[in-house]
Amino acid sequence: MPSLGADMEAGTLVEWKVAPGERVHRGDIVAVVETQKGAIEIEIFEDGVLRDLVVAPGSRVPVGALLARLDVAAGGPPPALSAAAPAAPPRAAAPAPVPPPPPPIAMPPASRHRVTPAARRRAAALGLPLEGLRGTGVEGAICLADLPQAPPRRSSGFDPVGMRKAIAAAMGRSKREIPHYYLSQTVDLTPGLERLARLNAGRAPPERLLPAAMMLHAAARAVAETPELNGFWENDAFRAAEGVHVGWAVALRGGGLVAPAIRDADRLSLDALMVAMRDLVARARGGGLRGSELTDATITVTSLGDRGAESVLPIIHPPQVTILGFGRIVERPWVVAGAVVPRRVATLTLAGDHRASDGHRGGLLLARIEALLQKPEEP
Amino acid sequence: MTRDETLALVADILGGIAPEADLSTVPGDADLREALDLDSMDILNFVAALHERTGHPIPEADYPKLLTLDGLATYFQAEAH
Repeated sequence: MPSLGADMEAGTLVEWKVAPGERVHRGDIVAVVETQKGAIEIEIFEDGVLRDLVVAPGSRVPVGALLARLDVAAGGPPPALSAAAPAAPPRAAAPAPVPPPPPPIAMPPASRHRVTPAARRRAAALGLPLEGLRGTGVEGAICLADLPQAPPRRSSGFDPVGMRKAIAAAMGRSKREIPHYYLSQTVDLTPGLERLARLNAGRAPPERLLPAAMMLHAAARAVAETPELNGFWENDAFRAAEGVHVGWAVALRGGGLVAPAIRDADRLSLDALMVAMRDLVARARGGGLRGSELTDATITVTSLGDRGAESVLPIIHPPQVTILGFGRIVERPWVVAGAVVPRRVATLTLAGDHRASDGHRGGLLLARIEALLQKPEEP
Repeated sequence: MTRDETLALVADILGGIAPEADLSTVPGDADLREALDLDSMDILNFVAALHERTGHPIPEADYPKLLTLDGLATYFQAEAH
C-alpha cells in the first residue's frame, strides 16, 4: 500500500485492474485504492509479471502492507496463467534470475486459458484467479457469464471527515515546522487577457482557454528559471526537484481540496496545459486521480478564481518549499505611461520556506512571472 | 427552445457538474455561480455542454447572459428564430 501523502496511514483496496500472471509495465494502472482524498488509481513502478494478488478488494490495510507480488526478473513472454497456480510464489523483494518452474497441476497443463477480454477485466476487478474457472464460451473460453457479478463501482466522492484530517495533518505540520516568508505583487493581466479573448473568439467553447491556464503557464516557466524554489526540504537540507511538476490546487464540491501534479508543466504549451488542467479538475472531482499525481508535485499553485478573494497568503505543502497564489482578477485604476487608466490586475503572492530560500530569491520569481504575463507569447 | 426545454437541458447538464444541486429551489434571477457554487472551470464545462447539445456557437461575450435561469431561457428562445 503506497503512501499517497505524509498523513496517510491506511487505504482500502477497491479494485484490481490486472489479473495474476499479467505482464505489467512501469506506469500501468494496476489497482484502485480508496483514500482520504477519494479513489486513487495506483501505478506500478517496475516492469514485470504480477504473480499473485495478496489483498482482496474491500480490504483496508496499512501503508507499507504487501498488496501483490511482482516478479521483476521474469523475462520473455508472460507465463501461461495456469502456471501461476497455488504453489510457492516468487517473492518480489528477492528477484530470482530464473522463475521457478511451474508446479505440477491437475489441470490440462499446456493450454493457456482462453478468456474473453471482458471476462479478463472482470476477473481482475474481482481479484479472481482465472485458473479453476470452467469456461462455457466458444472452445471452452471463459466468458463474462462464468464469473460472479462485478462489485459495485467505486464511489467518486471522498470522505469529508477524512479529507479534513488530511488537510489538518499537512497544514499543521507546515505551520509547526516551516518558517514561512510572504511576498506579494500586483500584476497587470490586461495584455494576457486581451490575447486570451482574441484566441477564444475563434474557438468553440470546449477549446477555449481560461485565465488560470495563462497564469499557471507563466508560473511554471518562471519556476523553471528559479530551481532554488522548486523542490523539497528533507533531512535539514534542500533538495532541488528534477522537473517542474506543479501541484494545482483544486477545490472539491462540499469542501476540501487536493493539489494533484501536472508533470513538466513548464514544457507544456498553453493549450496542452489547459487540456491537462481540465482533465485534472474533472478527475479530482469525479474520481480517478493517479497515485503519482498526489506525490509528484514539486511546487504548488493556487488560484482563487473569479469569485474568490483578492489575495491569498498560502501555506506551503510540506515537503515542498514554495507555494504561489493568484487572487481574483479585478479592474483597478492603474498608471500606464504617466496616465491613470482602468486595468485588470491580480495580486500574485508567494510563501517561501525560509530554511530553503530568502525573500530576494522569491521576489525574483514573482518578477519573472510578471514579466512573462506582460509579454504573452503570440501563437 | 421553449423555456421548459431549456430548463430541462440546463438541469441535465448541471446534474453532471453539481450533482447535489436542486434547480427547482434556484430563483430565476439568481446567479448560478453563487447559487450552485460554480467556478470558472464549471462554467467552461457548462458552456461547452450547451454548445454541444444545441449547436449554438456561444461566443465568450455572451457568457454573462447565461448565468441565470431566466437569462438562459431568453437566450435560447431568441436563438430559435
